[in-house]
Amino acid sequence: MSDERSIRQLAGDLAAKKLSAVELTDHFLKRIAAHDERLNTLISHSESTARERAAAIDAGTDAGTPLAGVPIAHKDIFCTRGVRTSCGSRMLDNFVAPYDATVVERLAAAGTVSLGKTNMDEFAMGSSNETSFYGAVRNPWHTDYVPGGSSGGSAAAVAAGLVPAATGSDTGGSIRQPAAFCGVTGIKPTYGRVSRYGMIAFASSLDQGGCFARSAEDCAAVLQAMAGFDERDSTSVERAVPDYSAALDAQGDDFLKGMKVGLPKEYFAEGLDDASRQVINAAIAEFEARGAEIVEITLPHTDLAVSTYYVLAPAEASSNLARFDGVRYGYRCDNPVDLEDLYTRSRGEGFGREVQRRIMVGAYVLSAGYYDAYYLKAQKTRRLIARDFSDAFDKVDLIAAPVTQAPAFKLGEKLDDPVSMYLNDVYTLPASLAGLPGMSVPAGFVDGLPVGLQLLAPWFEESRLLGAAHAYQQSTDWHSKRPAGFE
Amino acid sequence: MSLSEEQVRNVARLARLGLDDDQIAEYAGELSNILDVVASLEQADTTDVEPMAHPLDLAARLRADEAVAVQSREDFQAIAPAVAEGVYLVPKVIE
Amino acid sequence: MAWETVIGLEVHIQLATQSKIFSTAPTAYGAEPNTQASAVDIALPGVLPVINGQVIRMATLFGLAIDADIAPKSVFARKHYFYPDLPKGYQISQFELPIVADGHLDIVLPDGTEKRVGITRAHLEEDAGKSLHEAFDRDTGIDLNRAGTPLVECVSEPDMRSAAEAVAYARKLHALVQYLGICDGNMQEGSFRVDANVSVRPGGSTEFGTRTETKNVNSFRFLEKAIEFEVERQIDVLESGGTIVQETRLYDPDADETRSMRSKEEAHDYRYFPDPDLLPVVIDEEFVAAARADLPELPDAKRERFMAEYALGREDAAALTNSRALANYFEATVAAVGGDAATHGKPAANWIMGDLSGALNREGLTIAQSPVSAEQLGGLIARVADNTISGKIGKDVFEALFKGEGESADAIIEAKGLKQITDSGEIEGFVDQVIADNPDQVEQYREGKTKVIGFLVGQVMKASKGKANPKEVNQMMAAKLAE
Repeated sequence: MSDERSIRQLAGDLAAKKLSAVELTDHFLKRIAAHDERLNTLISHSESTARERAAAIDAGTDAGTPLAGVPIAHKDIFCTRGVRTSCGSRMLDNFVAPYDATVVERLAAAGTVSLGKTNMDEFAMGSSNETSFYGAVRNPWHTDYVPGGSSGGSAAAVAAGLVPAATGSDTGGSIRQPAAFCGVTGIKPTYGRVSRYGMIAFASSLDQGGCFARSAEDCAAVLQAMAGFDERDSTSVERAVPDYSAALDAQGDDFLKGMKVGLPKEYFAEGLDDASRQVINAAIAEFEARGAEIVEITLPHTDLAVSTYYVLAPAEASSNLARFDGVRYGYRCDNPVDLEDLYTRSRGEGFGREVQRRIMVGAYVLSAGYYDAYYLKAQKTRRLIARDFSDAFDKVDLIAAPVTQAPAFKLGEKLDDPVSMYLNDVYTLPASLAGLPGMSVPAGFVDGLPVGLQLLAPWFEESRLLGAAHAYQQSTDWHSKRPAGFE
Repeated sequence: MSLSEEQVRNVARLARLGLDDDQIAEYAGELSNILDVVASLEQADTTDVEPMAHPLDLAARLRADEAVAVQSREDFQAIAPAVAEGVYLVPKVIE
Repeated sequence: MAWETVIGLEVHIQLATQSKIFSTAPTAYGAEPNTQASAVDIALPGVLPVINGQVIRMATLFGLAIDADIAPKSVFARKHYFYPDLPKGYQISQFELPIVADGHLDIVLPDGTEKRVGITRAHLEEDAGKSLHEAFDRDTGIDLNRAGTPLVECVSEPDMRSAAEAVAYARKLHALVQYLGICDGNMQEGSFRVDANVSVRPGGSTEFGTRTETKNVNSFRFLEKAIEFEVERQIDVLESGGTIVQETRLYDPDADETRSMRSKEEAHDYRYFPDPDLLPVVIDEEFVAAARADLPELPDAKRERFMAEYALGREDAAALTNSRALANYFEATVAAVGGDAATHGKPAANWIMGDLSGALNREGLTIAQSPVSAEQLGGLIARVADNTISGKIGKDVFEALFKGEGESADAIIEAKGLKQITDSGEIEGFVDQVIADNPDQVEQYREGKTKVIGFLVGQVMKASKGKANPKEVNQMMAAKLAE
């Protein structure tokens, strides 16, 4: 029933009392009950509080808020007061957050009803959702396949219609890649656009909150409620947030007319799977058909992105995760004999393997004698990568590219090969390093698995991204396809 | 770039990760592979390139010096593994 | 062999802000454990630091006061180590780009000469919490109230050559930060903590010896003793053929010795890197100019002015300007005397550093707690100056004021009838009586033992209960004896 309605339509129907919040909440809770055992997208359920909140909204508590009664799920990286916030880790399996993240607070203030917390790679480290302490998430399009990561639970939940929208976070592609693998629309805003307060840090200079929904239009409505300055986050930017939905409406179908869209040749070189290439080319043809001018561009330092990222992100992670020491909250090993035992066993037992790997890489590249060769060098190559984009955006308005080299891979396929998993992120890492806003837009299928088109815009031009994606979604229906069994 | 087990042990020690010998051996191989990927940084010409610590070139915003009452200790300590008389407990540290 | 001592000091200055450096929790001392530790201070997952602007202003004031460079851009970095009172597993500090660099402080040495001590840098950092090792049998307790308290760590050059010099520098710095109003200076509560880097080398050598760092010195007296002990220990080790180990040592005031802290001697690898949660602190000229405008008159400038305005010697002026409160008291006292500042400066200085500070010390009071106000003391000095009372009677009046026996010097003089006798007739009566009562002494005087006049004058003073004007008594006695 409600599946086909956009979030704006739902919000409108709720406000007009054509639909009750309890009814809508129950609808999604039922879908979760029916399907999630198979998918494992939600790791904490808030059924009773969701129903209570929906009933309160029906009674008028949130009247006038833009999303009153719209159900949502939060990636378990966002702290939620009174609800377990595990970050996908044994380390925080017992952690009930005593406060709300800014994103959670703002979405609640906008009237949303949280149905639960979504599964994720442990501490957001992973590209397949297989590193979660709570087990892998399955891709609704083919349950032998991964949903992508790290926000795999959020992407799969939206794809399976278990929730109309979900929050996510993107450090190196953790929104765009699972959005592409699950055939949903996902946006990672400009670094600094959405507050990081209460979002458990992985790599502070890269982490950025964003969201998943069916369409660009829905993403616009959710992002609107999330975005904006927060005095509790020093890296949050004091800059007015445009009205995203109004921007979509105003520019409508003509949005792409005359827009210069750059195709970075490095993203179409060897490595891109042929079938995926065809899907992307078809999407670009559609852009052209709608009046966009397509030009080839170059981002010459793209090949440095993986190595740059896998120095900087683990370095910051090794530091950010030092607070998990078994002293004030979280996992503590049984019967520590002394302080060292408390530290080493709590951290040895509490963190999973991928997290430990990255902590060690990070500690190594920051350690005496290696800092200059690794960390400082990577900060310099990061600038080269960012400069590529500022040069490119002197010439084009938007960049279009694949999100991944190939569609989703099978569960377990890359789990024992971290390096191949890392190389998989090659198209999403550069924009993360530059702090740019990016989207993944459903663009077609290869062997029944979704393929995403990546759109990148200059800093703080989320409106442009959403407008372009929206225009594309006016004449294509990839975003409204449903996986079999989840209609 | 290959990391010896001894180096892995040192890094694990720095990071306070308790690992057994098998884990150390496995990690030594994996971390070496990762550092091999990362080694391509060496080739990049970064002459005269300023390190980039943040995606945005901004200066810190300074907060006004106003104290705000702290959320209750009980809220915070309800989730603590071991507390007594309002303090967090760890095994005795011998100075 | 003659050994030369080389000392550098690292001083942690706790800034007197309302809230912490990166959180809005209050900084007040002595609260119930963990009631002043916010989500940020206990490092909950997801929390973020935001810089307190007052901390930047105070560091700028400090930098200006020591004539240092204020960095137009400074960066906070993370210093990593695991310890239970360090909740994040790292301390936010400044490493490569400190806010203040290359300053100096001029100290006056015991022989009166001046010496310039270089200040390498002063950087901002957050304090850790407190580990309570004694409170529980099997556990160490962690109180995070202090975690996140703003500190300036001021690092001197190894410019000092004796414990006395080190103490002079530390005292000067201590006075300065209180002058600036950026630190309450309370050493017992840890607001001003001094670590001493000490080494010795053969006299004439230009290379530095291996140094040790002595911590836990919470008074100037202990600083002096700790350094003296450490210098002697190092010389003993070297002279008996040993070598100095670079290490951290703890001063034990009860045993009056320094002890190695071997448990903390694990090789540190702090893995500093710029804190990605914080952006660089950019200080423009306008900010510096505003701080400069807020600078109070500093001790050195005040000392020079005191010498000129109040005709004080360097030593008096230096002692009076040691603390801002003392200097203010002095100026208020002279103002209360009225009339010429240059005339009354010296007597006021004598009263304050003599009787007043003696009495305050005796009662364990600070100048701010003085029972005698500057106005009262000024009134007393005025009465001595205009010969209403003698200096000796003045001391009695002072004690009476100190004990709160009267509102003012005038009231006490009046009530106790202490007014000096200046009437010549009355004085003459006392003089004649004394001459009559002491024929032996008069005889001696006339035989040339003129020193005996002191005894005779003393007798007059005694007879007049101290109220006779001593100068007049002297003159009259001399004249009468010469008759």
